Amino acid sequence: MLLSDIKQIQEQMMSFVKLTASAIAIAAVSATAATARDQVQVAGSSTVLPYASIVAEAFGENFDFPTPVIESGGSSAGLKRFCEGVGENTIDIANASRKIREKEIVACAEAGVTDIMEVRIGYDGIVFASQLNGPAFTAFTQSDWFNALAPKVVVDGALVDNPYKMWNEFNADLPAIEIATFIPGTKHGTREVFEEKVLAEGCEATGAAALLEAAGMDAGDECLKVRTDGVSTDIDGDYTETLARIDANTNGIGVFGLAFYENNTDKLKVATMSGVVPSTESIATGEYPVSRPLYFYVKKAHIGVIPGVKEYAEFFVSDDMAGPSGPLAEYGLVSDPELAAVQAAVSDEATMN
Amino acid sequence: MSDMTANTQPTPKSTSSLYDETKRTKRRNQSEVRFKAYGVAAIAIGLFFLIALLVAIFSNGTPAFKQTFITIPVELTESALDKTGNRNVDEMSKVSTFGYKPVVTNALITALKDAGIAIPFKKEKDVEKLLSSSVAAQVRDTVLADPSRVGTSVEFRLLASSRVDGYFKGRVTREDLIRDKNLDAEHLDIADAMAKAGLMATTFNADFIFGSDASESRPEQAGIGVSMMGSLFMMIVVLFLSLPIGVATSIYLEEFAPQNRFTDLIEVNISNLAAVPSIVFGILGLAVFIQFVHLPQSAPLVGGLVLTLMTLPTIIISTRASLKAVPPSIRDAALGVGASKMQSVFHHVLPLAMPGILTGTIIGLAQALGETAPLLLIGMVGFIASNMPDGIASGFLDPNSAMPAQIYEWAKRADPAYYERAWGGIIILLLFLMTMNIIAVILRRRFERRW
Repeated sequence: MLLSDIKQIQEQMMSFVKLTASAIAIAAVSATAATARDQVQVAGSSTVLPYASIVAEAFGENFDFPTPVIESGGSSAGLKRFCEGVGENTIDIANASRKIREKEIVACAEAGVTDIMEVRIGYDGIVFASQLNGPAFTAFTQSDWFNALAPKVVVDGALVDNPYKMWNEFNADLPAIEIATFIPGTKHGTREVFEEKVLAEGCEATGAAALLEAAGMDAGDECLKVRTDGVSTDIDGDYTETLARIDANTNGIGVFGLAFYENNTDKLKVATMSGVVPSTESIATGEYPVSRPLYFYVKKAHIGVIPGVKEYAEFFVSDDMAGPSGPLAEYGLVSDPELAAVQAAVSDEATMN
Repeated sequence: MSDMTANTQPTPKSTSSLYDETKRTKRRNQSEVRFKAYGVAAIAIGLFFLIALLVAIFSNGTPAFKQTFITIPVELTESALDKTGNRNVDEMSKVSTFGYKPVVTNALITALKDAGIAIPFKKEKDVEKLLSSSVAAQVRDTVLADPSRVGTSVEFRLLASSRVDGYFKGRVTREDLIRDKNLDAEHLDIADAMAKAGLMATTFNADFIFGSDASESRPEQAGIGVSMMGSLFMMIVVLFLSLPIGVATSIYLEEFAPQNRFTDLIEVNISNLAAVPSIVFGILGLAVFIQFVHLPQSAPLVGGLVLTLMTLPTIIISTRASLKAVPPSIRDAALGVGASKMQSVFHHVLPLAMPGILTGTIIGLAQALGETAPLLLIGMVGFIASNMPDGIASGFLDPNSAMPAQIYEWAKRADPAYYERAWGGIIILLLFLMTMNIIAVILRRRFERRW
């Protein structure tokens, strides 16, 4: 009985071994058959990802090319991969929620990526929102955010360690609740915009910048610092994480993209900035102050090598997609007023100098 | 002798009976009762969390398997879709989805008027917010597949937009829509009327199980099918690499290898490898398979290779345990009748250890199936699972995602409808894991031998 069992299992095992061998052979053959890549590969900013995915899907539907692959991971990570070199196993396009840095252009050039096309797709608003049932913030200015977050603020004309714990301590129009902010972590492109458009401006407006300079410090850097006593929390994840934190904290106020807020109006209440309610209209006119351009960068060396790269770039900025009534604007992108110039630059394959 | 002296000594008179509990006995018994209570409490807490988890998963996830559809006839007008009238597919494909959108919107307006449903908007075109943005592509694909349909009226089953769908599932209320620019409360009035007229219905949605990923603006179209294929191809790679390598390693180490410092070192390192965080294997995969060997990015082949590294220690450890469990008498008997060492291993020891090996392998595979972290680094997370693989080579090499990576991606997206789909994806993933674990248990129960 034992013997027959063994024999049976043994036979099964032999056929299994044969199967394994043939499968490995198939895998080896298919690996060597890996030749030209036929879809566009994109990586980068998670802010641009929604827009890029909408374009990629429509691109796959309307063209004979396969749907491009869009990965996220952040602007810096995407540009780093973009600058790894030229060739099929590097990405063709990097999405970024900020401009490419000089440092990155140098790194690109060192790896042989010299001709880079910069394409601006439009503008994205950054909004401040709190829990729907929480307090309303209707009187924000950049100075308030600086006073709430800076490690050193101006009190009675002197620079002191930030003493503030409540919003109404520096602006009587704000609610009398504890300061609890959730801002994007330093790996996000959004953080850079938040620093430039909110903290730096608040620093100037409150007079802290002048005092810092007088004390012999570099106001450019010092103004962007955020206090580390637990009042403000850096969120390294995505907006969904910020949303979860706001959900759990009645007093919390977080930083979101306009499109994310507009998809979650059942949970979030938006704050005004300098008295302006954020919307695609108020951002387009420039009334709402906190917005930033979104970009993608194209490796010119891949045009004509990887099928569909140029077509994808042209389709992205076409009036059908990125125009004021296109699907991107519907989702929350603020259409670029100079879209025609961008379209011309893309079709001429104009590179950065 | 000492016994004798012990016996001669006068026994101390017992003041209590065994039937009466002394203070000490009472304390000991009580502590035992307490300990049992702790145990029961621990199990109860565990069970409570399990039940809470399952309830959360199923209550959040089951709506993802249903979807609201709008069934209306669409007049495929020749003037919009085939201006030349040649019915030539190449010419007709120049009309993009943007050209098809007004056709579908007009069909919806006509259908509403025919059913006697009033349109309370200034611009009748506003009713298109009821429809998913995927409908234009759906109609276009149908027309291009059979150009002769142009000029006729064809009945279509179109996806409703995610908020309309959410309304029928109880996720979206009229109060929510006051602040929502994507849909108005009037749309819900129309939706109610359409449901009454039989134009709109929420039914089972097979596309969620078999479909591909969709962009941020149309969660209603997204499905987990393509990433399921990605997971399948990865598991094939893992199985066919880690099983032979793992078993060969274990047999050599267990049966043939000499006991010396070198093999000791290998053994220690295999155990260490089992404890390495999976993200480390992802970094390794990126450096070795993509940057050095130049395998394509985002490919299930690379994902499979990385997960193989992760699964190997699990398989080696379980295989060695089951080889050890085969009693030495079997080996001795084989050697005694003249079998070579290799014959004794392959004819006798290995077949008897097979059930244990397979169980370990399945558990290892299940672990690999649920892994996301290493895939982040080799580019398998994002908007990727959009093209169904069209063959074996394409399945291994074309960019694809995996089920847990797809769930992670959905959970991150802005539209709350994607959150629902993430839970739905978890249900499917759980079903796979449970099936694999049940197979492992059955194998063990049926074939395992005890000596």
